[in-house]
Amino acid sequence: MARGQMLAITWMNLQSLPARWGAALVAVVGIGGVVMVLTATLAMAQGFKAALDFAGAEDVAVVVRGGSSGELSSNLLGPEATVVADAPGILHDGAGPIASPELYVLVDLPMRVSGTAANVPFRGVGARGFAVRDHFRILAGRLFTPGLYELVIGRGALGQFRGLKLGGVVRFGNQNWRIVGVFEDGGSVTESELWSDLHVLQSTYRRGNSVQSVRVRLASPAAVAQVAAALKADARVNVSVASERAFYAEQSKALVAIVTILGTTISIMMGIGAIFGALNTMYSAVAARTREIATLRAVGFGAAPVVASVLVEAVLLGLAGGLLGGLAAFVAFDGIAASTLNFQTFSQLTFAFMVTPRVFVTGVCYAVLLGLLGGLLPGIQAARLPITAGLRST
Amino acid sequence: MDGPLVEVRGLTKEYRRGDEVVPVLAGLDLSIARGDYVALMGPSGSGKSTLLNLLGGLDQPTAGEIRIDGVSIGELGSNELAAWRARSVGFIFQMYNLLPVLTAEQNVELPLLLTSLSKPERLARARAALALVGLSDRARHRPRELSGGQEQRVGIARAIVTDPLLLLCDEPTGDLDRKAGDAVLDLFDALNREAGKTIVMVTHDPRAAARARRILHLEKGVLAREEG
Repeated sequence: MARGQMLAITWMNLQSLPARWGAALVAVVGIGGVVMVLTATLAMAQGFKAALDFAGAEDVAVVVRGGSSGELSSNLLGPEATVVADAPGILHDGAGPIASPELYVLVDLPMRVSGTAANVPFRGVGARGFAVRDHFRILAGRLFTPGLYELVIGRGALGQFRGLKLGGVVRFGNQNWRIVGVFEDGGSVTESELWSDLHVLQSTYRRGNSVQSVRVRLASPAAVAQVAAALKADARVNVSVASERAFYAEQSKALVAIVTILGTTISIMMGIGAIFGALNTMYSAVAARTREIATLRAVGFGAAPVVASVLVEAVLLGLAGGLLGGLAAFVAFDGIAASTLNFQTFSQLTFAFMVTPRVFVTGVCYAVLLGLLGGLLPGIQAARLPITAGLRST
Repeated sequence: MDGPLVEVRGLTKEYRRGDEVVPVLAGLDLSIARGDYVALMGPSGSGKSTLLNLLGGLDQPTAGEIRIDGVSIGELGSNELAAWRARSVGFIFQMYNLLPVLTAEQNVELPLLLTSLSKPERLARARAALALVGLSDRARHRPRELSGGQEQRVGIARAIVTDPLLLLCDEPTGDLDRKAGDAVLDLFDALNREAGKTIVMVTHDPRAAARARRILHLEKGVLAREEG
């Protein structure tokens, strides 16, 4: 019977909403704004995560100089790269071990939006570079020709930096490079990069036969330990070995943490503001219906259904705000490409905002929670209102 | 059950205003028989509305006892009291207190939501109550589409739809013109004489009070005199 009472009162409350549309709209829009920020933040973190997840295969390992924090600070001489490629646990095909020595330099390009200079990773890869990347695909144009000053650009880089266009020419290392293709790599961080032939890049930047990293295809994901142990025991090299996924996770750990903490902090602070908006709405809703609530209680309705009905209305307003904010974030941000400086690698990381169903639902749940908190005190106030005073109110 | 419907013994009600204690009812005794029709009169502040609220279980006395149909309502918890109100009392207010978003029929149906009646049974009773007050043709109208007299008749239908023991009316004609007020008083007459309803009515209007079987005059929280 209490449920029936609650439904009856809630239904009446909701029917009176049009008369209080101004206050209700403030709450819905306030909560919607908070949810939009939260959803955008989560979508950004999701985009980071996706970029890193796609970049990180479990059956590919990245080998860099021991003690280096990433590819940029690493250096491996040609013979060292050969030792790495010969380690047990690396998958072989008809052409030998599947290992890709790679050079990694940073070049300057202006950001498309701000015009400020940004560090863009420029990677030199050999023929094996494609055998250690499952998602690499040329989207437009063609692959660079070994031995020529040609490069292909990631689709993330194409969207983020000025001066990059298919068929265009850019100048790096006192050489003119023709852009002959655009590639994708499953949305990974690799799409922020420019790629050219390893040997051409080595000679341009006078690196001899040294490289910065070697990517190897493992016989199995578990073989990473075997490779690491073998190379640790080999006195000719001093390297560290990590699966590609672990390598990228480590590379962006601080950035992801900062984005998540910052976004969550901002959302919580805005959420507190939105709770006040919801409180205001529900207090005014209770005030506007003081006499109605008192009449219902005089007729015999209990206090609990009155509290519950106020809470249900607040939750519904929160839900409306959550859906509004989530949809607004989806329309405004989903799929939008952005980039940020990863200060651990000193390079620009491009990613796409991803408003996934999980992100959307998280935002809506947050909105419902805000509504619930905003309705609690006014609901209790409504139930504790003296009936005789309420009956006299105008 | 034999004996009076309402028995009030030593009823005292005081309000606190800061450190000051304001006495409203001072040890009032009262007995109302079943089927009686009582008008409570008195100057403002004499305690008549407070008495009505206490009889209806809307407020708690400072001291004293109220027994209605043998039930000492001061001993009921808040949920029991709400359920008792739903079963035993019909309230009629000066300002009608109808819910503006509901139709006349839905307003009348409201107290029946607290019963175990099915939807068709509730509607049948609500329609019967509206027919009794002569408003069958206004069932689908909302309060703002009704005149003051019609609104009060909907209020009366809401009060009687659960067939309560006691009808408590607070200035029921106070906001109505003479013609509409007379129509409401005619209804009370019929409810009392034909349906045997016990009615307690607070009023300032001597013409309304004259319709009652007994007129009780309150002054300074005690019964000053009785007519009828």
